[in-house]
Order: sequence, then structure tokens, then C-alpha cells
Amino acid sequence: MATSIEAPMPGKVWELTVQEGQTVKEGDVVVVLEAMKMENAIESPVAGVVQKVNFKKGDAVDEGAVLLVIG
Amino acid sequence: MESMILSALSSLVMGLSALTIEGVVMMAVGCMLLWLGIQKGYEPLLLLPIGFGAVMVNIPMSGVMEEHGLLRFFYDFGVITEVFPCLIFIGIGAMTDFTPLLENPKILLLGAAGQFGIFITLLVALGLGFNLLDAATIGIIGACDGPTSIYVASKYAPHLLGAVSVAAYSYMSLVPLLQPPIMKLLTTEKERKIRMPYPKKSVSKSLKILFPIGVTILTCLIAPMGTPLMGMLMLGNLMKESGVVSRLTGAAENEIPNIVTLLLGLSIGATMEGAAFLKAQTLIILALGLGAICLDTVTGVLFGKIMCVLSGGKINPLLGAAGISAYPMAARVVMTEGRRYDRNNWLLMHAMGANTGGQIGSIMAAAIMLSVLKGMGLG
Repeated sequence: MATSIEAPMPGKVWELTVQEGQTVKEGDVVVVLEAMKMENAIESPVAGVVQKVNFKKGDAVDEGAVLLVIG
Repeated sequence: MESMILSALSSLVMGLSALTIEGVVMMAVGCMLLWLGIQKGYEPLLLLPIGFGAVMVNIPMSGVMEEHGLLRFFYDFGVITEVFPCLIFIGIGAMTDFTPLLENPKILLLGAAGQFGIFITLLVALGLGFNLLDAATIGIIGACDGPTSIYVASKYAPHLLGAVSVAAYSYMSLVPLLQPPIMKLLTTEKERKIRMPYPKKSVSKSLKILFPIGVTILTCLIAPMGTPLMGMLMLGNLMKESGVVSRLTGAAENEIPNIVTLLLGLSIGATMEGAAFLKAQTLIILALGLGAICLDTVTGVLFGKIMCVLSGGKINPLLGAAGISAYPMAARVVMTEGRRYDRNNWLLMHAMGANTGGQIGSIMAAAIMLSVLKGMGLG
């Protein structure tokens, strides 16, 4: 089953540490979100393969936006 | 000829022969501050110039703090006149984003609660025999706000400036160590795990522009003595939010605070002359300052617990720890502690709201104190 990883707060995509097709483990950092001049590492809650990346580095995101999907 | 050579040579070792134990100890203290700043990364922007200033002023016969001395000039120009802390506030205002506070205004209350330690410490200092002006100055360390502490000290107790500044900046850098045990002690794991969704409403540009103007008028009418500090903080913020003076905003974010921080740090270091600094009183001030910051955290978290109950468990009481002014360090501590118990608990934006509320709260606390002292005929 696919798992969506959502932005926990509004911010800017500072770094994408994975790309589509890449295998990730639970707890791997997948995105670094910059908010209030702080870098926030967002980890994958599941192990799987990155199916879709919806944003690129530098994009602004709202809270709840689906950053990527892992299946 | 021989006597001239001897006298010339003896003048070369005069500095060495005039060294005192106090001077050596204070140079060691200065070097320790340099080590903390350079090696440990504790507030290096402040501790490096403070430490170097402390070394310079304790070199015998350097004359740097005598009339017309270099550091004396910086001190008289910027500290005695209270110009430096006010200029620092322009920079802080230009770098502060009040959006999280405007999204969730009730969090401002946490910024007020985080200041109670100031007043408790004032009472303790009075009990220990400090006079009212000295006690007020010591209590302000609890604001965890360097420029405000320096402003109050330079106004009412310039003789305590070195100790108060070193305490304020040292403890500010120790916030990540001081706060977590208190936060853990006062909250349950269930409370620490409370997640808080972000408000969906957006803040308009007009509101962001009106906010610094409104806050200045309102708070300064209540406590006029705080006008220099609050006015400069909000001016910096207005310049940033208006977006029409980008050159001035750039200067407020970079050149002005950079230059002032250097001169302010050197001036503070210059007050740490051995004979004046090495007293039991200094140690008491350092201890009281530590107590003040811990008490602020306690009152902030306890008020957070009250808000948690009143909101039906929707407010995470950890946010109360961000009600002190150490920005954005205290907010970062809150988020880190929240995630320690729940990896997916993101409290950052709420904590930033409480933290910016703490900035306003600390200036208000100082302003109220100054206004009351003036009312008592002491200001």
C-alpha cells in the first residue's frame, strides 16, 4: 500500500535526499524542509520504493501538501 | 647613557611587573570565553569580542578604559547612552517573523507567562540585600534577552554590566541544556505528545504591516519607558514587512547588527576589569541569573499546562518553555523535545509564535519595571 508523506508545516523544500525509484528504509531522511530559518529533516515512516516526488528543491509547500509517495 | 638604556629596558617590562593576580585571573576568564565561543560555538558573535575585550582591559597600563582610551570611547558612546542595545533591536526586528504569533494570537499569553521569573528573582535579590535598582537589573537576566539586559543595566546599574551581560549571553547559549530537564519534570509524557495542527487561516500583508505599528503605540502607551527598545524592534519589523525599504532592511539585518555587536561585545568585555569583577557579588549575580532563567521556564511551562487544560488538551504545554525571549533557540528546544517523544510531532511554528511573544513579553517586562521605578522616583 502506498504511503503519502505530507509536509508537517508550511516551508520550503531545502533538500530532496531521494529520487523516484529509490529504495528507502523506515527512518531514512527523505526531505529537508526549511521553515522559520530552520532545517527540518523529514523521515520516511515506512520502508519501500519512492513512487512519486511532487516537488523540487526550492519549492514552497503548504502544511499537508503531499511531498512524496512511497510504495 | 647606561641609565637611559636601563630605564628604556625597564619600561618594556613595566606591563609585566604591574600584573596582578586579579588581572591574570580575568585574562584567563577572557580566554575561557574565547574558547567557549570559538571551540564550543556558544554565542561566538558575542563571546569572542567580550572575551577579547576582557583580555585587553586586564593588560596593565594598556589604558584602554581610561579617559580617551579606545574601549572607553566605545563604552561611553554606545553603552552609557544605551544606543547599542537599541540598534541591536532594529536588527532583531528585521529578522523576526511574527506570522506564527498572528496566526495563533492566544499564544502571546505564553510569552507573558515566561517573564514571571524576572519578578521572582527581583524579590530574591532584594532579600539578599541588593538595592532595588541592582535587583531589577539582576532580575532582567531572566528575560533571556541580551540587549534588554544590557539596556536595563546601563541605565540603572552600570557597575553590574559585565556580570549581567556575561550571565545573560552565557545562559542564553545554555538554554538547550537548561530547559529540557525542567520541561520533562513538569509535564507528563501524554502532554508532551500532544500534536497541534496548524491554523489554516493566512495572515494578510496589511495585518503584518499594521502589527508593528499597533504594538508600538499600544505597549509604549502602557509602559512608555520601553519605547526605545520596543520602538526599534518594531521599526525593524515594519521595514521588513512593508517591503518598500529593502536597502534599509538589508542594513538592519546585516551591517548595523554586525558593527554594533562587535563594539558592544568589546565594551562589555572592557567592564570586566579584575578588581571590579572578581567579587562574591558577581558569583551571586551569575547564580541569580541562572535561577531567573530556570524560573521563567517553570512559569512558562506551568502556564502552558493551564492553557492545555482550558483548551481541552489541544495546547502542548511544552510551548510554555518558548515563552522566554531566547529566539529562536527556545523554540528549537521545544520542537526537539516534542519530537523526542513523538517523531512526528512538529511544534516548530507554534513554538516560534510563543517565542516571538516572549520577545515582546521581555521588553514589556523591562518597560513595566522601568516605568514603575521611575514612578517611584528612582528612574
